[in-house]
Amino acid sequence: MLPIIFVMPIIQLCILVFAATYDMKNTNLYVVDKDLSSHSRELISKFNGSPFFTVKDLGFSVDAGEKELFKDKVDAILVFEKGFGNDVDLKRPAGVQVLVNAIDASAAGLYNAYIQAVIQDYNLHLQPKLINAKTRQPIQIVDNSYSHLFNPEMDYIPYMLPGILVLLVTVIGLFLSAMNVVREKEIGTIEQINVTPIKKYQFLIGKLIPFLIIGFFELGVGLLLATFVFKIPFLGSLGLIYLVAFVYLLVVLGIGLLISTQTDTQQQAMFIAWFFMVVFIMMSGLFTPVESMPEWGQKLNFLNPVSYFIKMIRMIMLKGSGFKDVMRELGILGLYGIAMLTIAVNRYRKVS
Amino acid sequence: MKDEKQVIRVRNLFKKFGDFTANHDLSFDVYKGEIFGFLGANGAGKTTAIKILSGLSYPTSGEIEVAGFDVYKQRELLKRNIGYMSQKFSLYEDLTVYENIRFYGGIYGLSRKEIKMKADELLTTLNLEHVRNKRIGELPLGWKQKLAFSVAILHNPDIVFLDEPTGGVDPVTRRQFWDLIYEASRKGITVFVTTHYMDEAEYCDRVSIMVDGKIEALDTPSELKKQFEAKDMDAVFLRLARNSSYQE
Repeated sequence: MLPIIFVMPIIQLCILVFAATYDMKNTNLYVVDKDLSSHSRELISKFNGSPFFTVKDLGFSVDAGEKELFKDKVDAILVFEKGFGNDVDLKRPAGVQVLVNAIDASAAGLYNAYIQAVIQDYNLHLQPKLINAKTRQPIQIVDNSYSHLFNPEMDYIPYMLPGILVLLVTVIGLFLSAMNVVREKEIGTIEQINVTPIKKYQFLIGKLIPFLIIGFFELGVGLLLATFVFKIPFLGSLGLIYLVAFVYLLVVLGIGLLISTQTDTQQQAMFIAWFFMVVFIMMSGLFTPVESMPEWGQKLNFLNPVSYFIKMIRMIMLKGSGFKDVMRELGILGLYGIAMLTIAVNRYRKVS
Repeated sequence: MKDEKQVIRVRNLFKKFGDFTANHDLSFDVYKGEIFGFLGANGAGKTTAIKILSGLSYPTSGEIEVAGFDVYKQRELLKRNIGYMSQKFSLYEDLTVYENIRFYGGIYGLSRKEIKMKADELLTTLNLEHVRNKRIGELPLGWKQKLAFSVAILHNPDIVFLDEPTGGVDPVTRRQFWDLIYEASRKGITVFVTTHYMDEAEYCDRVSIMVDGKIEALDTPSELKKQFEAKDMDAVFLRLARNSSYQE
C-alpha cells in the first residue's frame, strides 16, 4: 500500500498535466468548395497553412461532409457556395458557412474561435487600406492588443498543474482517512481501542497526523516536479503554500474521518467519499471557471474546500500573493476545518 | 471463593434491541481473583453482556458496577482498570509484536521504561523473544492469542474480560493459554471468560450458564455437576441448553 500511496500520484500528475489541456492541437476540416475561385482557394490555403488545421478532404456536397462528420473523421465543415469569389471581387458581403461538431461544447467553442480568427485575418488582408488624405499615412482602425498577466503565454500547464496537485492531495487525504477508522471496525481492532481509556480526540489526532505527513510529502514532490520538470513559475512563498495545505488538509481529513466514523463498511465509506470528491472537484473551478457557474452553484461552492485551495495555490504560485491576499479564504478554511474535526470527534462513539 | 471482595456487581441487567431481549434480568457477583466462566450457546447473549461490563455498550437498565465504577457514569475510569480481549483478533497485524506492546502500553499511560521492562518480561514468559520485531500478521494464531492476552493485562487491570479467547486454536495451545489465565489469577487479576468448550468450564472457579438471555445456573463446576447429576460439565450444559427455544 505504501508504495502505491506515493507512486500513483506522481504518475497521475505527469499524465494529467500533459493530457488535461485546453490548447487546440489539430482540427480536421472538410471543405466543400462549390465556387472553385482563386479567393476560395486562397482562404483554404490559409487554413491549410495554419498549424491548428488540417484539410482532411475536399468535396462538392455538404452531405458528403456531414457523413465524415458523423464518422468523427472531421471536426468541422467549411462551405463555399458558388459565387463566393465573385462577391469578394465585387466587394459584396461574401459568406462562408461553418458547421462545427458541437458534441463537446467547449471543444466546439475553440474550433469556432480559431476558424473565426483565420477568416478575420483573411478579411483584414482584403480590406482596402484607408489612407489619410493629408498625411498619406494609413488610418489606424481600432486595434485591440492585450497582454495576459501572470501567465503571458496563456500556457495551460501553469494553470492546470496547481489544480491537479490540489486534486491529488485531496484524493489521498479524503480517501485514506475515510477508509481508515471504518477499516478498524471491519477487522475488529476498534473494539480493543474503545475498551481502553484513550480519549476520542487523542485517537482521531493519531489518525490525522500520518495523513498530514503523507499529504505534505505528496505536495512537496508535486511542487518539485512543477518547478524542475514542468518549469512553471513559483512566485509566492513555499511556507505559505504549506500553511494553506495544512489548513486545507484539516478540512479534508476532518470530512474523511467523519465519513469513517459514520459508516460500517469500507464500501460505504468509499462510496460516500467518492460522492463528495466528484462534487468538490467538478465545482472547484479546476475544469470550468467558478465565475461561469449559476449563482446557486457559486453559493454552494462556499462549502467546497477544493475551490478555496485551488484558488489560493494558483494565487500564491502564479501571482506571488502573500498572506494578506489569501487571509480571507484561509480564515474560512480554518473555521471549516475546526468545525469538521469537532463534528468528527463528536460523532465518533466509543460506546454503542 | 478466594476473596469476598466483589469486583463485578450486576443487578437486574436488561439489554434490549428493539423487541429482542438479549440479556434478561441478569444478577450476579464476581469476586476478586476468581476465574469466572460465562457459558452459553451461540446467541445466548454472552457477548452482549461482556460488552456492557467492559463499557463498550450501554445497558437498557440495571445496576452495574465493575472494579468499583458505575458503567453509566464512570466509564472512562472503569476502562482504566479493566483489560479486554475479544473473539475477533485485536492486535494490529501490520505492526510488530513490540510495536503493539508499546502502543497499548502508551495508551494506558505506562512510561517508556515500564513498557520496555514489561515487554521483556512478557516475551520471556511466552518464550517469544525471537519474534519481537516480527509483524503480528506473520505469527500463528495460537501465538497471537497468547500475545493478545498478555497485552490485555499489560497495565495490571483488576479484571480481564476474555470473549472466547481460545476459539480456533489447538488443544495444546489452549492448555498453554489456560496456564496464562491461572498465572494472571494468581497475581490477583479477576478473569471473566466466555467459552463454549466445556472442558475449559472445568478450569473455572465458578461458572454461570446462560440460556436465551437468562442465567439458568451459577455455581462451582462440582456443585453444578452434583445438582444436575451429571458426570461432566458437558452434560450439565446439554441439559440446560436443551430447553432453549434456540435449539429446537
